[in-house]
Amino acid sequence: MEIQVEHLTRVEGHGNIVASVREGRVQKAIFEIVEANRFFEGFLRGKSYEEVCHLASRICGICSLSHSSAALSATERAFGMQVTDQVKLLRRLAMNAEVISSHALHVYFLAAPDFLGLQSVVPLVKSDPETVKRAFRIKKTGYDLAEVLVGRHTHPVAAVPGGFTMPPRIAAMQEIRDRLVALRGDLAATVSLYQKLDLPHFERPTEYVSLRQPDHYSFLGGDIVSSEGHAVEASRYREALKEYVAPHSTAKHVRWHRESYLVGALARVNNNWRQLRPEAKSAMKALGLTPPCHNPFLNNTAQVVELVHCLEDSIALLELLLERGMREEWEPEVTPRAGRGVGVVEAPRGLLIHDYIYDDRGRCEQANCIIPTGQSLANLDADLFAYAAHLADRPQEEVQRGLEMLVRAYDPCISCSVH
Amino acid sequence: MSAKPRVAFFDFACCEGCQLTVLSIGEPLIALLDQVDIVTWREAMSEKSDDFEIAVVEGSITRDSDVARLQQIRKRAKTLIALGSCATLGGPHVTANQHDPSDLLRLVYGDDGGRFEAGEVRPLSAVVAVDIAIHGCPIEAGEFVSVITHVLQGLPYRPPSEPVCYECKLNQYECVYDRGMMCLGPITRGGCNAICTSRGHQCFGCRGLIDDPNLTSARDVLEEHGLTVEEVLRKFEIYSLRAAPAKVVAEAESDRQKKGAERWRYKSST
Repeated sequence: MEIQVEHLTRVEGHGNIVASVREGRVQKAIFEIVEANRFFEGFLRGKSYEEVCHLASRICGICSLSHSSAALSATERAFGMQVTDQVKLLRRLAMNAEVISSHALHVYFLAAPDFLGLQSVVPLVKSDPETVKRAFRIKKTGYDLAEVLVGRHTHPVAAVPGGFTMPPRIAAMQEIRDRLVALRGDLAATVSLYQKLDLPHFERPTEYVSLRQPDHYSFLGGDIVSSEGHAVEASRYREALKEYVAPHSTAKHVRWHRESYLVGALARVNNNWRQLRPEAKSAMKALGLTPPCHNPFLNNTAQVVELVHCLEDSIALLELLLERGMREEWEPEVTPRAGRGVGVVEAPRGLLIHDYIYDDRGRCEQANCIIPTGQSLANLDADLFAYAAHLADRPQEEVQRGLEMLVRAYDPCISCSVH
Repeated sequence: MSAKPRVAFFDFACCEGCQLTVLSIGEPLIALLDQVDIVTWREAMSEKSDDFEIAVVEGSITRDSDVARLQQIRKRAKTLIALGSCATLGGPHVTANQHDPSDLLRLVYGDDGGRFEAGEVRPLSAVVAVDIAIHGCPIEAGEFVSVITHVLQGLPYRPPSEPVCYECKLNQYECVYDRGMMCLGPITRGGCNAICTSRGHQCFGCRGLIDDPNLTSARDVLEEHGLTVEEVLRKFEIYSLRAAPAKVVAEAESDRQKKGAERWRYKSST
């Protein structure tokens, strides 16, 4: 049995599934990354810090805010800048906005058709318009929260080193808070939808890697932790995470203790579920997700849990900011200095690292970006092999469909991983 | 079957943010589905067809191996729409052209660099004929809907030709220059409703130069703020290395020579 899926659909970017099964034994099962490299790490050299921060979001159209936040954080660290508490809270909110829109995109538009026996959501427009409208509503609310904070979801315009060119308007914050409160019903319906879906039963334990903050579920900053019980300071990531070139992938692969590790929603829930908002813990229970969970298909479920968490966290953060009163903080002064800075965030698909070295005029001398999807690729290959073996006695169409679903469950962001 | 025009989406080197901006239109997209049949959209659908009239293509061409795929798309489509600045200008990664591709490959992949392919970043129009260009990094969702409406009605579409500065002033936003920042708004193509300056941020020129920039006036504005055309053009390279018209380049060249500065590295498109 030879399987060759060229340009897999319903994923971001270009990747091929190549698998070969002979006499019931898997010979090969890999995900080839064939996306063109845009060489961000090359052309950012020589650019000013303003240009670096502007261009960094362009690495990815889905998680542009994550890239922007990681670049800003790296640049601030390089220049020895501190940011105010208000800026920190607003940035946490912005990360929530991106997780909401990105997870909604994946949970509804990219993954759900697999479990409903459909090719896309298009047939649902006629047969179940309410579900499609709900999907658009959740996604749009994430977009609009980002717009209130940074002017635009893809690509943000108001986020700069030190803070924002302009703080968000109070009236807009109040309005989006009310819309988020009204979205609770849509998220309850999303939990119900995923309760009904029959996700494949397949387990393969691996290493789960995420950020961790002492006092809250982190999408921004903290130490890099592994389910193997290790932790490393973010700025020392090179001592832990090893990037390497895999011949079948224009995106570099990464490993830590094992041959591979997983980042993203499932890794975060496995590592940090105790810090989830109570409503998200209830959703986790209702969806039958029990950490540590070793079923990669439940990454979809973990995303639903995080949707609930980010909605509740956003409402709470907005209420906190409004209650305290917004200070009129404008774009702060930036004084470049020579140095290196590492910025880490949890993008919707997992741990994201930006690492820059600047000269004394604030020109970039070196850039290194480690992307979530790249970090999960070796694990995806290992899962593809194991799942192909699990399905080896089934008809070819079924094996192919299963492998496609597995790749989609990872929610790969391919052009981002190649950058 | 239906007589609705058939639309297909494709992409090359890019972040796919412009296609996502189309998806972000939300419910009005459902209404658009009454007017057209989307037959291929790898990012959003598994349905596929090679039979389409309108091709919407995001991304730039960076590898020779991608040229044939784009030519196939061109052959099949009656109307080819370039979606976003990667497709229309080269996009935010266009300055990779200032480096040797083999150096870039070595930088990223080390000794394995030779396994992979890299080449000059080109807008779609450098490879095939483009019927309509929708500029922007990312595009404005409203402009996409407007373009599709024009195509469906058989009307010619003219991209916005006023500078960002004009839209900024209409909105009465505070001039970014007055805040001590530099801005490409005076000579950048508008259509974005000055979204960056609306938040007090400078314009980085993501839509490229307007068709007929008033350089004398632009120079006056810039000189008032202590900037030279050369400095501004260096900023312009961020999105559209190949799009800078020859006369602008020539002026910058002469400015640079006067100063005895390093030779202008603009690569001619011909």
